Amino acid sequence: MEVAESYLPILIFMVLATVLAIVMAGIPLLVAPKRPDSEKLSAYECGFEAFDDSRGRFDVRFYLVAILFIIFDLEVAFLFPWAVSLREIGLFGFWSMMIFLTILTVGFIYEWKKGALEWE
Amino acid sequence: MEEIITGLTFYLFAAVTIASAIMVVGSRNAVHSVLFLILAFFTCSALFVLRGAEFVAMILVIVYVGAVAVLFLFVVMMLHVGENRLFQGVRRFGVVGVLVGLAVAAELIIVISTRAFRQDTPAVASNPTTADLNVTEALGQILYTDYFLLFQMSGLVLLVAMIGAITLTLRQRDGVKKQSIPQQIERKREDAVALRKVESGKGIG
Amino acid sequence: MIDLFLTVVWPALKIVLTILAVIVPLILGVAYMTLAERKVIAAAQFRHGPNVVGPFGVLQPWADALKLMFKEVILPAGANKVVFFLAPMLTFALAMLAWAVMPITENFAIADINLGLLYLFAISSLGVYGIIMSGWASNSKYPFLGALRSAAQMVSYEVSMGLIIITVVITVGAGGFNLGNIVEAQRDLWFAVIHFPMFVVFFISALAETNRAPFDLPEGESELVAGYFLEYSSMQFALFFLGEYANILLMSAMTVTLFLGGYLSPVEVWFLGDVWMQPIWFMLKTSFIAFVFLWVRATVPRYRYDQLMRLGWKVFLPLSLFWVVLTSGIIVGFGL
Repeated sequence: MEVAESYLPILIFMVLATVLAIVMAGIPLLVAPKRPDSEKLSAYECGFEAFDDSRGRFDVRFYLVAILFIIFDLEVAFLFPWAVSLREIGLFGFWSMMIFLTILTVGFIYEWKKGALEWE
Repeated sequence: MEEIITGLTFYLFAAVTIASAIMVVGSRNAVHSVLFLILAFFTCSALFVLRGAEFVAMILVIVYVGAVAVLFLFVVMMLHVGENRLFQGVRRFGVVGVLVGLAVAAELIIVISTRAFRQDTPAVASNPTTADLNVTEALGQILYTDYFLLFQMSGLVLLVAMIGAITLTLRQRDGVKKQSIPQQIERKREDAVALRKVESGKGIG
Repeated sequence: MIDLFLTVVWPALKIVLTILAVIVPLILGVAYMTLAERKVIAAAQFRHGPNVVGPFGVLQPWADALKLMFKEVILPAGANKVVFFLAPMLTFALAMLAWAVMPITENFAIADINLGLLYLFAISSLGVYGIIMSGWASNSKYPFLGALRSAAQMVSYEVSMGLIIITVVITVGAGGFNLGNIVEAQRDLWFAVIHFPMFVVFFISALAETNRAPFDLPEGESELVAGYFLEYSSMQFALFFLGEYANILLMSAMTVTLFLGGYLSPVEVWFLGDVWMQPIWFMLKTSFIAFVFLWVRATVPRYRYDQLMRLGWKVFLPLSLFWVVLTSGIIVGFGL
């Protein structure tokens, strides 16, 4: 119960921040002029007409970066509880984590050697 | 009074979670689906906080919202899943989908009704409650020692995931010029520049 | 009735007041951060910077804000309406929300939660959504490219940031996720001294996280025009802008809290260590780091994208992982 209570200000803050954002985004809708024309609304492309779809295909490396990020993020997530309890779990806990990190370092070296971290 | 507020917040978040979960399936735009999924994750983590499981709540936001959903959004945005194609399979796979859903629901009911989840079992009763121990520290004190093997196995799973991702997506293109820093630094002036006397009207030859 | 007032309305009102006590100065700070940036860069280039609106240009942010308010809101043809308007609001709201856990004196933070540091990490990892959403919703090429680059960049530097956070938490030990505890643990010695390399890496990662020069490729005005917020106008643009500067201040405050002793006074003499001086120390230190942000922008040329990725994955990630192992090894080995 106490834990949830300490988050109450954050809940109220969320409501306040949302209201503030809506108000600020809403002001120009009330006071600003509105005279759209087709040139004004077309996508900016240095004066050219758009050649093709803007959401075209893109380099697969962006996926790879996202996947690698998930894996390392999980690794970091595993480190969080370890960091606060390191002094209690002592040597065994320390070496337990070192083995875990070694396994992941093997993967890291693999991707380094494979050139997955290189951007062309 | 406190119970009323907690209750109201719970029902508010629970309702948003369910509504956005329905919208994930029902939305006509795939990107909107992912955004509703993110909302569902987020309200779920609020529910965890209400229960006092703040560490799980934070990890849910950091890992699922901050990382996994980013990948989902990447994929969905780039794949051009049009509105017409999104609902194509509903009739063909609808029955299978309902069956899978029922199976998962049945499993959940069986698991929850077993002894492990009952409040009076010794395993639950002897566990420290959130009141006298910080959840994160409590987790840390058992995860790396008592559950050593499972912990290392999850490390191996991550390793497999890493290698799998690389083998599936990595394509080396030919003819790409890359910067080699050691080469660049080692390059001496003598290797690159030569001073010549050029006689007028003759050129260097 | 009175009972209801005492149990619900009054506590809620108190919380609202504490929140306002933080965000009103914060928004003012953000507004003047924009002026400070122009002034600092002008000074670095031997110019004057804005000096027409008010004495020394101090009213410039207000003029900018008013101007933007009266500008037409443009929704590009083919844009996704809901997502397009949601993205700037999300960016702004998140940049504000993160301040909820920041300890400003030893007994003042809006929400004193156990996992304050994880909350900060979580909120800053959400920042990528405002960018991806705006880039996709605009349905235009430059914003889309900018958003992709930006997302990959933020994600790459977040890993080493997470590892640095772990180093700090290990040093603090039990209760190490509470920001107040982190600051109190630095009473004797700032973490910037013990973990100096991590302090530097954290600051550089903060530059990359906020898409600031020299890592401002997502905006890269010489190639992508303005990156992900190219199609935005009016207050929608202003919200992105405010969000970006609020994030700079946030990252500065985070650097200060994690490494430079937060609200603590550098010297405990006379009245300098008193509680009422703490917010002033906090602001001074944060302003200094924010100034370094501007200074870097005025000095350093832009990174190339492959260099940026290499720095994040091949230098910072191994370095911060090594430092985690080193710190924990020393703590366990010497029983500190």
